[in-house]
Amino acid sequence: MLSVRFIGSLAPVFEPGFFSSSPVRVALIVGGVVAIVSGVVGTFTVIRGQAFAGHSLADIGTAGGSAAFLIGVSPFYGFVAMNLIAAGAMEMIGIRRPRGRDLATGIVLGAALGLAALFLYLDTTHSSTTGATINVLFGSIFELPSSLVPVIAVFSVVATGMVLVSYRPLLLSSLSPDLATTRGVPVRLVGIGYLIALAVAVSLSAVTIGAILSTALLIGPAAAALRLTKRAPFAMAIAAGIGVAATWLGILLAYDSYDWTPGHGWPVSFFVVSLVFVFYLVIHSSVGRTSARRHPASAEAA
Amino acid sequence: MFSGFMINAWEAATIVAIVAGVVGFFTVLRGSAFAAHALPNGAFAGAAGASLIGVNVIVGLGVFALLGALTIGGLGRRARQDVATALAIVMMLGLGALFLSMTTEYAPEIYSLLFGEVLGVSSNELLPTAGIGLVCVATVFILYRPLLLSSVLPDAAEARGVRGQQMDLAFLVVIALATTMAVPVVGSLLIFSLLIGPPAAARSFTNNPIKAMGLSVGFALGTVWAAIALSFASNLPIGFFVGAISACSYGVGRAWTGWRRTKPVPNAPRVLGSGVGV
Repeated sequence: MLSVRFIGSLAPVFEPGFFSSSPVRVALIVGGVVAIVSGVVGTFTVIRGQAFAGHSLADIGTAGGSAAFLIGVSPFYGFVAMNLIAAGAMEMIGIRRPRGRDLATGIVLGAALGLAALFLYLDTTHSSTTGATINVLFGSIFELPSSLVPVIAVFSVVATGMVLVSYRPLLLSSLSPDLATTRGVPVRLVGIGYLIALAVAVSLSAVTIGAILSTALLIGPAAAALRLTKRAPFAMAIAAGIGVAATWLGILLAYDSYDWTPGHGWPVSFFVVSLVFVFYLVIHSSVGRTSARRHPASAEAA
Repeated sequence: MFSGFMINAWEAATIVAIVAGVVGFFTVLRGSAFAAHALPNGAFAGAAGASLIGVNVIVGLGVFALLGALTIGGLGRRARQDVATALAIVMMLGLGALFLSMTTEYAPEIYSLLFGEVLGVSSNELLPTAGIGLVCVATVFILYRPLLLSSVLPDAAEARGVRGQQMDLAFLVVIALATTMAVPVVGSLLIFSLLIGPPAAARSFTNNPIKAMGLSVGFALGTVWAAIALSFASNLPIGFFVGAISACSYGVGRAWTGWRRTKPVPNAPRVLGSGVGV
């Protein structure tokens, strides 16, 4: 009885047709899966201090996504292919050294953005896909074909699986590369494996909430979770939880927003990013005061 | 290639290249590549917002770039800087997505803000570009010594009374200003290539900071001039050439370092120390 009244009182929140609409169902499933993958992979991105690499891979993927548009394949495959190439290039130039990492990422990013400029230009001039720029950069969660769902599921399992299988050596080599080396962990190999998982995870979120916003799901929930706990398994779970909450709430709000400004809805990515940002700020300001202030350099093992 | 509207393009691109060469040297030295990427990208949202409410694009760019710099500086105090930067950029881009969905701008307009429209620079855009550029370069030269010290030897700088966080914030503001002037000309994604590629290449050739800065300005000028000429000749977007030439010049720099390392160099002066080796 109570639950009936509860659901009844929620009726104004869930607009009519929210759960029966097929694009919304696909968006909820895909968004949830991607948020979980981003939370798991993102926790290590924050621990390893590779936020820039994670963000860059998303931007770099736009070159692949726009090239895929050009030859008429789903942008997702373009994202994955381009990101794997870029991860390899970053590794070659020297992402291992803290100082070289910044530059290696930057150089690869700059070159890839040039390619993206070329492909997007060709997209808009030579073919009739005028929405390519917006679509590739800002994503289109309500327009995902349901045929892509199994593909996304497979890649999600691959990315999460890689992180979970290599969990112990990965954690050790992230926190203390030297200690990991003395214990016989192949630090470089683990690093490459992690970059591959990162490349796949970023491609997944790029197709859902858009290339330049996928950083939000990757970094925001993980950074917030790591402020709450220092234990990696908990952090992963909390990050996945925050990510799923932000994504689902964002989808709901975007669906409702069709009524706020008649005729057109607000973008999902805006809501997801804002929610992630708010989550982070709340946790940042409430936890930050109690925990001891730390110098950024000594927070390497955060 | 040098007629009428093209003159504006050459002049604007030259100004941007000089500023990018000077500011970029410190960007590479300080390892601020992420901020140099985040601020122009986020400022793009400001441009979208400005066109939504009908203000000058430069105002929107400036406001968002400065807000971004302050957010990164503020959050970065109690969290890791790369995390703060990532959150700042996504929040600004999220707003950008919202503004874009509300405007009726055509896709080509958005494209040109992201990837640059150097051939569309009008004469009355030149003056603000030059003015802001001058402020950037002047700030870098006024702060030259403390900035260099805090970039290369942060601990020694603190000991001499140079506040690392203040320098961080000051430099973020400089990047924000450079962004504001450069985005309408070369686009938000490619000012980044100019801030990283030429200075990184320059660092491979010399360890002397002044020489490296001069070389970096030279490379940046070469990059944009070649990019304009190639873009004019081939009708392909200028951004593609800027990105490609920047990456190639870095490749050449690396090859040069590798080649030189095979020859014995007795007592090579290492002014910047090995800790910041490229």
